[in-house]
Amino acid sequence: MSDSAHPAVHPAPTTFIRKWVFSTDHKIIGIQYYFLALIAVFTGLALSVLMRLRLAWPAESWPWLEKIFPVGFEGGVMSPEFYLAMLTMHGTIMVFFVLTTAPQGGFGNYFLPIQIGAHDMAFPVLNMLSFWVTFLSMGVMFAAFFVAGGAPISGWTAYAPLSALGEVAGPGLGSGQDLWIISIALFCVASLLGALNFITTVLNMRTKGMSLMKMPLTVWTWFTTAILALLSFPVLLAAGILLLLDRLGGTSFFIPAGLVVSDTVIENSGGSPILWQHLFWFFGHPEVYIAILPGMGVASQLLSTFARKPIFGYHAMVVAIFAIGMLGFFVWGHHMFVSGLSPFSALVFSILTLAIGVPSAIKTFNWLGTLWGGKIRFTTAMLFAIGFVSLFVSGGITGLFLGQTSVDVQLHDTYFPVAHFHMIMGVAAIFGIFGATYYWFPKMFGRMLHEGLGKLHFWLTFIGVNAIFIPMHLMGIMGQLRRYAESTEFKFMEPLQPYQEFVTIAAFVTAAAQLLFLVNFVWGMFKGRKATENPWEATTLEWITASPPPHDNFGGRELVVNHGAYEYGVPGAPRDYVMQTDPPLESSK
Amino acid sequence: MPVAVAPPEVKPETEREDRVPGPGRPGGGSGSDTGSGRWGDGGGRRLRPDSYQLGMWLALASISMMFVGFSSAYILGQGTNSQWRAMAAPPFVWINTVILLGSSLSLELARRASAATELKRWMTVTCLLGAAFLFGQFWIWRMLADQGIYLSGNPHSSFFYLLTGVHGVHLLGGVAGLAYLTARAWSSAARIPTRASLNVTALYWHFMDGLWIYLLVLLFYWR
Repeated sequence: MSDSAHPAVHPAPTTFIRKWVFSTDHKIIGIQYYFLALIAVFTGLALSVLMRLRLAWPAESWPWLEKIFPVGFEGGVMSPEFYLAMLTMHGTIMVFFVLTTAPQGGFGNYFLPIQIGAHDMAFPVLNMLSFWVTFLSMGVMFAAFFVAGGAPISGWTAYAPLSALGEVAGPGLGSGQDLWIISIALFCVASLLGALNFITTVLNMRTKGMSLMKMPLTVWTWFTTAILALLSFPVLLAAGILLLLDRLGGTSFFIPAGLVVSDTVIENSGGSPILWQHLFWFFGHPEVYIAILPGMGVASQLLSTFARKPIFGYHAMVVAIFAIGMLGFFVWGHHMFVSGLSPFSALVFSILTLAIGVPSAIKTFNWLGTLWGGKIRFTTAMLFAIGFVSLFVSGGITGLFLGQTSVDVQLHDTYFPVAHFHMIMGVAAIFGIFGATYYWFPKMFGRMLHEGLGKLHFWLTFIGVNAIFIPMHLMGIMGQLRRYAESTEFKFMEPLQPYQEFVTIAAFVTAAAQLLFLVNFVWGMFKGRKATENPWEATTLEWITASPPPHDNFGGRELVVNHGAYEYGVPGAPRDYVMQTDPPLESSK
Repeated sequence: MPVAVAPPEVKPETEREDRVPGPGRPGGGSGSDTGSGRWGDGGGRRLRPDSYQLGMWLALASISMMFVGFSSAYILGQGTNSQWRAMAAPPFVWINTVILLGSSLSLELARRASAATELKRWMTVTCLLGAAFLFGQFWIWRMLADQGIYLSGNPHSSFFYLLTGVHGVHLLGGVAGLAYLTARAWSSAARIPTRASLNVTALYWHFMDGLWIYLLVLLFYWR
C-alpha cells in the first residue's frame, strides 16, 4: 500500500530519460507514436511524389535527382525497378507506420485512458516496450533503402513467390526483402503488446460509473481495433516466419515446383503461392479496419461535439463498429478473386463483403442524422470530420463495385482499386487523423492551432485528394494498368497520359498544402494561443482536466461518471452540454 | 514459518500480498521502494487482480491465432503438396512429453504449496523439467539431422522443425519466467513470488503444455 493518498499509478518521473525517452506515461508514449507517424507520413508522401513525377512525364530527365539517387535515377530517369521499390515502401510505410500507428498508438494511447477516467494503461511497461519495438521496426524498414539492391520491389503485400526467391528475382529482393520481413515481424510483436494493453485497460480500468455504454465511441473503436490487431497480426507473423524460412532456411512453403526465374532453375518445389495470399489477406483485411475504425470513432466524437447534438443512435453505432470489425475477418478472399479462387468461395466472400455495406450505411446515416438540425460550428476539426464522412461514402461506394467478382475481374489490375483503397483506407483515415489532431492538439500541447490556416489546409487537401483520386477511378475504368512505371508501350493507354499529368499536378499541390499543416503544427506548439481546459465545450472526460493533463491525468481526483458521452442540448440542463462527471440532472429523477 | 496461503479469490487492493511472507520482510507489504513497480504497477492505486490474468489470456489468444495460421498452412500443404513424405514420430518425443506434463504437475504442486520450502522445491523441479524438455527437444533435432532429416528436407519435416521450434521459443520464455520466480523464492532478502505472478506464469505454462499435445496430434495423427 502506498503511504500517500495520491492515486498515481506510478510516480512522476524526474529524469529526462525516464520522462521523455523511456517513458511509461501513456500520454508521452502517445506523442512519441504521433511523431513517429509524422516522420513516416512525410517520407511516404515524398515517395509518392517521386512516383507521380515518373508517371506524368516518362520521357523527361531530372539530372538533379540523379545526384540524390545515383542508383535509381541513371541518366535522370527513374528505373522501373526503382519505381517498384518506391511503390513497395510507400505502401508499407503508409499502412504500417502511419495508418496503424497514428490513430491507435498515437491518439488511442493518449486519450483512451483519459476518456475512461483511468490514470494510465493497465501495463505501462508493456506500453513503453510496444512503442520502442515499433521504433526499432521502423528503423529496420528504413534500413532497407540503404542495403545492396535497395528496397524490395514486391509491393506492400509481398506476394510470393516473388518475395520468397531472393536476389535472383530482382533488385531489392535480397537483404532488402529480408529487412522488410524482419521489420514487419517486429511490428506484429509491438502491435500485440499494444492490443492486449488496450483491451485490458478498457475492461479493467474504467472509473466509477463509466459503464460500457457510457464510453465515448472513440473508446469503442480503439477497443474493437485492438481486438482486430490481437487476432490478425499473429497470422501475419506466422506468414512472415514461413516466408523468412523459405528465403533463409531452404524450405518451400510458398515456392511452387518448376520455376525458372531470370534463366535460373529454382530447386524448390511443392509450395503454394496462394497460401501466402490467404495468410496475408487474413491479416490484410482486418488491417484495413484497423486503419479506418479509429477514424470512425473520431468522426462520431467530432460531429456530435460541433453539431451540439447527441450522436444519433449511439447503440446502433456500437453494434455497427463491432459488426464491421467481426465481418472483417471473413472477407479476405475478396482480395483474391483473380487468384484462382473457386467460384463458390468467391460467391461467399462476395456476399459477406457486400454485407459490410449494411453496418457502414448505418454509420453513415447516423452521422448525417447527427448533423441534421444541429447548431453546427464549422471549426477545422469539424470540417475534417465532415470530410471524413464524404470520403468514406465516395471511397466506400466503389467497394461495392469491387466486392462483386465479375466486376473485380475486370478492374482488379487497374487504377480503380488503387483509387478505391486510397480514398477509403488512405485519405479517409488520414482525415480522421487530421480531425483528431485539430481537435485534441489543445489538450496534448496546451495551445491552440491557427484556425484560419487550418481551414485553408482543409480546403486545399479536400479538393486536392478528390482531384487526385476521382480521375484515377476513371483511368481505371478505361484500363490504365497499376504497378507500371510507364505505359507508353501500350497504345490504348496513350490517351490517358493527360490524366496522369493532371493527377500529378494535383498531387504536388496537395503535398505542398501539407506544409501548411506542418507550419501550423510547429507554430502552434510554441506560439499558439494558450488553450483552456475545455475549448470546444465538449463532454468527455479529457476536457475536465488541465491542458495538457498532469502526470496522473486528473490531479489526484477520483472521478464519478453520471452521464453518457454525448449529452448536448439536454432540456433542463444549465448549459447546452452536460459533462460526463456533472451531477445527475434534477429532471431525470 | 509456514503461513496460510492466500485464498484463491483475492479481493481488489490486495492482490499483490505475498503468498509466503519471508523471514526478515517487514510485514510483507509491497509499498516499500523495492517491493513494487515490478510489472509496471507501482504505488497506491492497485490494478484489479485479474488484469494479469486477462492480459495473459489475451496473449494466449494471440499465440493461438499464430498457430491457427501455421495449422492452416500445414493442412493445406498436406492436402496439396506432392512432395509430402510423412515422417514417423521420433520415440524420444514421448519421453519429452512425459517430462513436460510432469513439469505442469510440479508447477501445480508449487502453486498449492503451503510452506516456503515446499514452494521453493517444486518451483526448482519445474524449472529443471522445463529445461530438460528444451534440451530433449534440441537432442531430437540433432538425432533427426543425423538421420538426414533437415528443415528443408520435405514439407513435413519443415513443419516439424517449424512448429516444435516456435513452440520451443515460447517455452524458453516460460522457463525464463519460471527461473526468475524461482530465484526470487530462493533469495530470502528479495521479493518472494506473489500469487498473481505465479498464477499467470502457471496459466502460460499449462497452455504451452496443451499446445504441445495439440502439435503432436497435428504432426503425427492428423491424416
